[in-house]
Amino acid sequence: MMQKSALNVKKIRQDFPILKRKVMGGKPLVYLDNAATTQKPLAVINAISDYYMNYNSNIHRAVHQLAEEATFAFEETRQKVARFINARHTDEIIFTRNATEAINLVAYSWGRANVKRGDRVVISEIEHHSNIVPWQILTQEKGGRLEYIGVNDSGYLKMHEYEKYLASKRVKLVSVSQMSNVLGTIIPVEKIIKMSHERGIPVLVDGAQSVPHMQVDVQKMDCDFMAFSAHKMLGPTGVGVLYVKREVLEKMPPFMGGGDMIKEVHKYETRYNDLPYKFEGGTPNIADVIGFGAAIDYLSNLGMDRVREHEIEITKYALEKITGVKGVTLYGPPNAMDRGGVVSFNIGDIHPHDLATIMNDHGVAIRSGHHCAQVLMERLDVSATSRASFYIYNTKEEVDIFIGALSEARRLFKI
Amino acid sequence: MSDDIYREIILDHYRNPRNKGKIPDADVSIHDSNPLCGDEIDIHLKVEGDKIKDIKFEGRGCAISQASASMLTEMVMSKPLTSVKDLTKDDILENIGLTSLGPARIKCALLSLKVLKLGMVKYYADRDPASAKKLQDDTRAL
Repeated sequence: MMQKSALNVKKIRQDFPILKRKVMGGKPLVYLDNAATTQKPLAVINAISDYYMNYNSNIHRAVHQLAEEATFAFEETRQKVARFINARHTDEIIFTRNATEAINLVAYSWGRANVKRGDRVVISEIEHHSNIVPWQILTQEKGGRLEYIGVNDSGYLKMHEYEKYLASKRVKLVSVSQMSNVLGTIIPVEKIIKMSHERGIPVLVDGAQSVPHMQVDVQKMDCDFMAFSAHKMLGPTGVGVLYVKREVLEKMPPFMGGGDMIKEVHKYETRYNDLPYKFEGGTPNIADVIGFGAAIDYLSNLGMDRVREHEIEITKYALEKITGVKGVTLYGPPNAMDRGGVVSFNIGDIHPHDLATIMNDHGVAIRSGHHCAQVLMERLDVSATSRASFYIYNTKEEVDIFIGALSEARRLFKI
Repeated sequence: MSDDIYREIILDHYRNPRNKGKIPDADVSIHDSNPLCGDEIDIHLKVEGDKIKDIKFEGRGCAISQASASMLTEMVMSKPLTSVKDLTKDDILENIGLTSLGPARIKCALLSLKVLKLGMVKYYADRDPASAKKLQDDTRAL
């Protein structure tokens, strides 16, 4: 049964032109930096060039045929996004530049209206800078406080700390990532949301790492806000999504003022547009939103359950192989079921940047550094880690090349 | 490629850094980091007359950044400030024997020079504002 439903990786790879290229003087590209951004299938690239070649036009305003076609394609992506995360209403989907802008939109609009002096915003130690800095800015401006749910040595959140914060009665918002971009830990957001809602506190889920890699259902999860980025799920850069429950969105003041977000503008007052346009000031990234639609089609055709299964399989294999390499320290949950397709590690006294340079010689693209998670780096007491992250087109053979390059690094550094 | 970078001498300076530590009565102490990689370097300087009497560094980061810092301290120890002030990017890369680094890694190799120059900016600020300004401009190019 599982055999039958597994992804046809060989066929998938043919859809990605970049995977045919050679790097470093003739080595096949082994792309293991998918948590940073994924590669793009031809369908996405074609959708973007089709828009520019055949129906490039601004949307929502003009009545000519090109504008109608562009508006249709743009709004069709909004419907696809809504279906993909199972939002109840299409107008709960707001397009932004990226997940970072989506979180900032909530901090500036909802946050400024609701967080007051002495109020607390609860996040966790695993957060990406994009889910830390906006809340620092907000709580500093308002005289509020930022609280961190700690992470234990196996990469799981300390839920008793979370309970303690909730009991303090001053929490206005909880904002947590559903999957750590460093440790890979899958966070039990449903439980976090349930506990929070029992006290009437809304929850933002940073889905930048989870939405591309697993089935996410915002109604079932019951989050109030969710942010994610197109470019981490086969789509182009420059497109992000903010999902907000309609009843929350209806009460939010606008974020950026300008064209498209208005109904009527008079000298000293403005009537804002309906949802979701009220939150989309200015001409949006039309071409890339349309490209994102093609990315969602591609993933929907594969099926997110199969995407997840493939990643569990490849991550399990990578964890097994890397555990056998002498001198390796692994970070995050030991069980592949509890993590996404992310493997963070250090090896001997080789700094991750040196390791990434050596990997590059072998055509292997990994990420090294703090991964925009310096709070977590401090918690792990390291300045950086190396990270291999997988997606639908990665194979066990590529994991073998990666492990081979690790041995080469050990030889060079004589460890 | 990596064989040319991670030579014995680089690994030796990485694992056994020279002049590592603090100077308790330093004339200048300065810190900077490379936001891209998170490499960090602190440099402490003791100046006597027109010479660098003592230089020590602290830091953490990749082999290239740390070995380069260690080798830089040996290079400038007891040297007149006037000659240290004019050190260029190429002087450093030749000194550590890494002349073919890519644009990402070259920043690692040059971080310690940048910190040293920033330290001298601080030292010259009141004593010789013109030199301080030139050094400040130099660091922008690093």
